[in-house]
Amino acid sequence: MRQSFAIGIGGAAGQGVATPGDIFAKIFSRRGLHLNVYNAYQSIIRGGHTFLTIRTGPDKITNMGDRIDLLIPLNQDTMDRHLVLLSSGGACIYNADTIKPGKPADGVQLCPLPVSKLADISRNKIAQNTLAIGAALSMTGVGFQALESVLIEQFRKKEKAVIDENVGLARVGYDYATQNFKAFANPLPMTDTRYAVLGGNAAMAMGGAAAGVKFYCAYPMSPSTGVLHWMADHARKANIMVRQVEDEIGVINMAIGAAHAGVRAMCATSGGGFALMSEALGLSAQAEIPVVVIDCQRAGPSTGVPTKTEQGDLWQMLGASFGDYPRVIAAPLDIGDCFTLIPEIFNIAERYQCPGIVLCDLLLAEGRLSVDPAILDFNPKVDRGEMITSANGNGNGSYKRYLITESGVSPRAVPGIPGHTHVVSSDEHDEDGVLISDEYTNTVKRRAMMEKRMRKVQGIEASVEPPKMQGPADAEVTLVGWGSTQGVIEEARDLLADQGIIANQLQIRWLVPLHGDAIAGILKKCRHTIIIENNYSGQFARYLRSETSFVADGHIRKYDGEPFMPHHIVEAVKEQLKGSTTLSVPTHEIMV
Amino acid sequence: MATDIATPKLTTMADLKGKVDPDWCPGCGDFGVLAAVQKALVELQIPNHEVATISGIGCSSNFPGYINTYGMHTLHGRSLAVATGFKMANHGMTVLVTGGDGDGFGIGGNHFMHTMRRNVDLLYIVMDNQIYGLTTGQTSPTSRKGMKTKSMPFGNVEGPINPISLALSAGATFIARGFSAEQKHLTELIKQGIQHKGFSFIDVFSPCVTYNHDNTFQWFRPRVKKLEDNPEYDSTNWMAAMEKSLLWGDEIPIGKFFERTDVPTLHESEPVLATEPLVKQSSRIPADVARAFVEELM
Repeated sequence: MRQSFAIGIGGAAGQGVATPGDIFAKIFSRRGLHLNVYNAYQSIIRGGHTFLTIRTGPDKITNMGDRIDLLIPLNQDTMDRHLVLLSSGGACIYNADTIKPGKPADGVQLCPLPVSKLADISRNKIAQNTLAIGAALSMTGVGFQALESVLIEQFRKKEKAVIDENVGLARVGYDYATQNFKAFANPLPMTDTRYAVLGGNAAMAMGGAAAGVKFYCAYPMSPSTGVLHWMADHARKANIMVRQVEDEIGVINMAIGAAHAGVRAMCATSGGGFALMSEALGLSAQAEIPVVVIDCQRAGPSTGVPTKTEQGDLWQMLGASFGDYPRVIAAPLDIGDCFTLIPEIFNIAERYQCPGIVLCDLLLAEGRLSVDPAILDFNPKVDRGEMITSANGNGNGSYKRYLITESGVSPRAVPGIPGHTHVVSSDEHDEDGVLISDEYTNTVKRRAMMEKRMRKVQGIEASVEPPKMQGPADAEVTLVGWGSTQGVIEEARDLLADQGIIANQLQIRWLVPLHGDAIAGILKKCRHTIIIENNYSGQFARYLRSETSFVADGHIRKYDGEPFMPHHIVEAVKEQLKGSTTLSVPTHEIMV
Repeated sequence: MATDIATPKLTTMADLKGKVDPDWCPGCGDFGVLAAVQKALVELQIPNHEVATISGIGCSSNFPGYINTYGMHTLHGRSLAVATGFKMANHGMTVLVTGGDGDGFGIGGNHFMHTMRRNVDLLYIVMDNQIYGLTTGQTSPTSRKGMKTKSMPFGNVEGPINPISLALSAGATFIARGFSAEQKHLTELIKQGIQHKGFSFIDVFSPCVTYNHDNTFQWFRPRVKKLEDNPEYDSTNWMAAMEKSLLWGDEIPIGKFFERTDVPTLHESEPVLATEPLVKQSSRIPADVARAFVEELM
């Protein structure tokens, strides 16, 4: 069992749930602790209910975990909903003036703060939050100095009086807890490591900047909007042209225009916006203009549940746009990978002049994770493929944009070079870009051009390694996941091992190219295979079957809008190994 | 990239001739527009490799194939979005966008409106024939009320849009109307449109000789009156332009309706593009900037 400590903070939207989360995250990461932040919220700006879980510890933390140790309800609703999550050893810090506790489980410590006695609440509306933060850090054995410096940073744009007041309040809460509440049995440890606290959307934006993206555009859509926010905020420092566009159709077409002019172009959206982009994805493929599109999946169909996670867009990505064409699809495995994947997929998309799709989801996009800052490499390998950037004596007009080659890749002349004028086209075309659909139809040329483009698939396949088995080679059960479930499946395997069940894991990062033969080769040797995914129909299981004929022994699926917790997987694996079912759909216990 | 040409040579009509001849119907108005664009580029002496001609889909959108410049034949209605991205990535190039009324005012209407308000520095030429030609004759957004087409065999019950007044209200900074049969006049408008800094829009009457039997060359000829022939007309007066734009019937004004030169273009408004075109800039993040980005997370 991994050593960890989880705090749950809940309240209405607008009550200031985010700020304590940011403060705890900074303090824990500076203590050298791993952390993961997950915010369960509703599509509402003021009111409703939002519940933020921040889990920390010296061991690798990849997900929200199974347990809340400290509950900080900012309103009665949160107390009523979530007190039940605490078990023996847990504690609940709350404003005794406004919130009535329910009946906690045995061994749970109730920690009422007499807020109106400790602070002037007529002056400071969020006094209860600051007092609670102070109290929480006292009980977890964190020195006050750490809190003071983070508070000073947090309020640096405010006047000194505001800073002093908040530091003072935190001190009062800290001291009150020291005198009146029982500290947690295990104080939070410290290590010498220092982590960056990274959000998935920021990671993908930074990954884009590192990859050399010069043009980014988007239309706001949850949960992808954070990419736009990072880009817009940092555009002038990074020299990136960032545009907010009228709709997602405009977004991808604008990106394609910029890409054709010779720069790396990227855009991000969610499933609905991606649907609008579909036609132009085919333009990218047909005109052979590489772009990278990020899809942050949320629960669908249609407007669906805009603030909840799902892995439900796989088939949309596989089938996006009409006709056959080469494409690349990859799903980042964690928030750090949201950064790392972007330069990798750009290199393939540009080398093979085709669209690249990053299949992220809300869980990663809006989550936060402690990562080693060393992985944020702003000088990654950049391969722009075969590009012609100067006439170099060859400007005699014989250039053919869609030259038929063995690899299927035709060198791409950047517009502006003398002697290389050409037309790129969404209509089928000849080697030199002359339309063959309108000017004249020609079966031989159409076939040759189709085969030229599709030959690129072989190169794309060769540029990505097949996935590798994680954990012991021989295991009682093999868990198969894709994308964002990497961390939670990994932790579930640890928990199963504690209970004597040896599990290994095959996690899929590259969906296209899939390397289906290699995957089937691995899975056919496994004793019992279970595919785990955050959707209703088993989109990956169906895809794997269509590509390889491989059928797994069982499935664990979740489509209630919330991510898997480790125990969901542990319990499902156990029931399936007993033979009671082949399809488990865990119930989510935290209701937001 | 334009600099590695060793000996600057004159741009001629031959340089601008496309790889294939247009497959438009004999007598199509679009021939006149193509010739006028080529003449304008020769008269302005813009080398063909410094020009990008970007279109959507339709008869007139085949235009980039018939002129020897850098060309993009994109998706139906999306030419302005593609062109905006292209211009932002390389604002050193002259960008021409060509297409029809269905492409620009129907399926592409949203991009039309937003490209105008952004004042993207490009020339948008709509070959307006008031009909869908490549799909063999259906009602378009500029088809007159009552016009009979294959999609409205009992007559169009919808009213047309007015591209000129629409452009005026959306904030376009150069707005003109041409007629394909008035070559010299059209060439002059295109030259002005290219030279204008900002979004230039020229709605060109370009009759469809196959499917539109209402708005023919013969119909337009006696009706079109050049604004330039009226010495009183002030094309810097937005209200006067709006009034003229509403004229339709026995007298239909052509010429420059409106121009203002005091609005910065989109690329001029962006500090990121202040030094040189994006495509010529380094794509590496300087080490100190990268360090600062990571430091924000610590």
